[in-house]
Amino acid sequence: MTGAGPSSFDRSLLLLVPATLFMVVLFVYPFLYGLQLSFRPMEGNWLANYTQFFTTDNLRDTVWTTLKLAIPATVINVGVALPIAYQMRHSSRFQKLITTLLVIPLTLGTVLIAEGMLGYFGPKGWLSQSLQWLHIYEGPIRLTHNYWGVLISLVISGFPFAFLLTLSYITGIDPNLPRAASTLGATPWNQFRHIYLPLLVPGLAMAFALSFVQAFSVFPSAVLLGSPAGATRVISIAAYEAAFERYDYSMASAVAMLMGVVQLIVVAAVLGARGMFYRGPVSGGKG
Amino acid sequence: MDTHRLLMKLWKSLVALVMGFFILNVAFMVAAVGTSSVARRWLGTWLPDGYTFNWYQTAWKEFQLDSVLWVTIEVVAAVVFLSILIGVPAAYALARRDFRGKNLLMGLFLLPLMIPPITYGIPLATVMYQAHIAGTIFGVILANMIPAVPFMILVMTPFIEQIDANLESAARVFGANTFRLFWHVLLPLLAPGILAASLLVLVRTIGMFELTFLTAGPDSQTLVVALYYAVFAAGVRAPQSVDAMAMVYMAVTLAWLLIALQFVNPTQLVSRVKEHPKTA
Repeated sequence: MTGAGPSSFDRSLLLLVPATLFMVVLFVYPFLYGLQLSFRPMEGNWLANYTQFFTTDNLRDTVWTTLKLAIPATVINVGVALPIAYQMRHSSRFQKLITTLLVIPLTLGTVLIAEGMLGYFGPKGWLSQSLQWLHIYEGPIRLTHNYWGVLISLVISGFPFAFLLTLSYITGIDPNLPRAASTLGATPWNQFRHIYLPLLVPGLAMAFALSFVQAFSVFPSAVLLGSPAGATRVISIAAYEAAFERYDYSMASAVAMLMGVVQLIVVAAVLGARGMFYRGPVSGGKG
Repeated sequence: MDTHRLLMKLWKSLVALVMGFFILNVAFMVAAVGTSSVARRWLGTWLPDGYTFNWYQTAWKEFQLDSVLWVTIEVVAAVVFLSILIGVPAAYALARRDFRGKNLLMGLFLLPLMIPPITYGIPLATVMYQAHIAGTIFGVILANMIPAVPFMILVMTPFIEQIDANLESAARVFGANTFRLFWHVLLPLLAPGILAASLLVLVRTIGMFELTFLTAGPDSQTLVVALYYAVFAAGVRAPQSVDAMAMVYMAVTLAWLLIALQFVNPTQLVSRVKEHPKTA
């Protein structure tokens, strides 16, 4: 369009400089700095932080504790989001209402959800009272300050995310494809099984990966709703404690790097697994 | 065939039931916070003994909400403005030009949206503490821009792609210089996209807990971080005043969300990432 030859420099590329510079200085540099800092522990040899992490019980176990929360939460969120989003794939007022309602817990954020849950799901909250009133469960239920509190909060904040993501993938699929199949006599189940599902697999893998990464980095609700010293001592709490309670930035960086590595492994595994189902372009957007 | 239909109906009702259950519980949860914030005393009964609005006054004073709100406004405004300033030009170049390393650059812009803030926030906070910008409002703004700038770029790039490049060439043919081209042609065309993207960045920044939490000092807390500390130290305060603060936070977020939803689709809050899934 500019007629600029390969040798002359396209000046409009200068427009990229501020953004690129910003990302390099504030994202790439801190990451690399953290990486090298993690190999310069306060004491011991260059791997001391990592050795300490894997030999100290209350550090090593955080990985397992976090996975125990993040994997069920992700499976629930994506698993429930798929049928519901599928049901609502046709644009309608109902769809708009539901998406609007679901975007609310998403924007309110985990801190507000935690505060709400402490009251509502607490031993004297409305839920507990209703269950007693209906004689479903006598005695106060314990859904806060333990594993379940954090899991529920991950579902409340994570489900809308997974749902909206899945919905945007489903609505991106050309509705003429199942229509064509239906004229050829495909039942609704077969339309889903042979048309939607194969086209959705890449999107679902993406939704699963992103939902998992979010759940894995759970922080405020694990502190406020869980038992941060025990059953919900997740990896981000370990990183936070190292940095801001013991001022051991080297150890904190090491934990953050390990967090990144675990996330990367899971994302790579999920995105790799989708290749076994279907190879081809991800369904396009709504344009 | 009839059993088939029946099964379909059952399945549909089940799906609706799950959805309804979820929304109902979230609604009750929010209502519980609201009720508590106006409760005179509320101990294990269905409804409180009496109602009062005094907790809002208490919360306002106790948590210094006027200064917290002011910091929040400053941070959000600065983040939105600066993200437009450096994000939109980059989006323009990415939409209009092809060059070597474009995919790499796209990957760089996508990364902060794939990695959760707490993972990169800890090394970032470390660097910021060493550079003595952590604990200042400046540091909070910079930290919040890390997801905001890429988000702006990823929303704006497809938007600019669908603007006909011939309009710009035509303006050039008629002798417009770069400034006039930008002011009279590009800006009016970009305005709706920038508005939508800014609102999305705004809503996300108000709710951004982790990055602000890691980089803020006592004078640079935004509303969501102040709320966290209030809940965290709830034992020493009346729960009603914490709930009143939560209601203030909710009102601020919801007001902006409602404005944003006039211009954007709810799915846009999460799903722009799909535009370039291959780089992942």
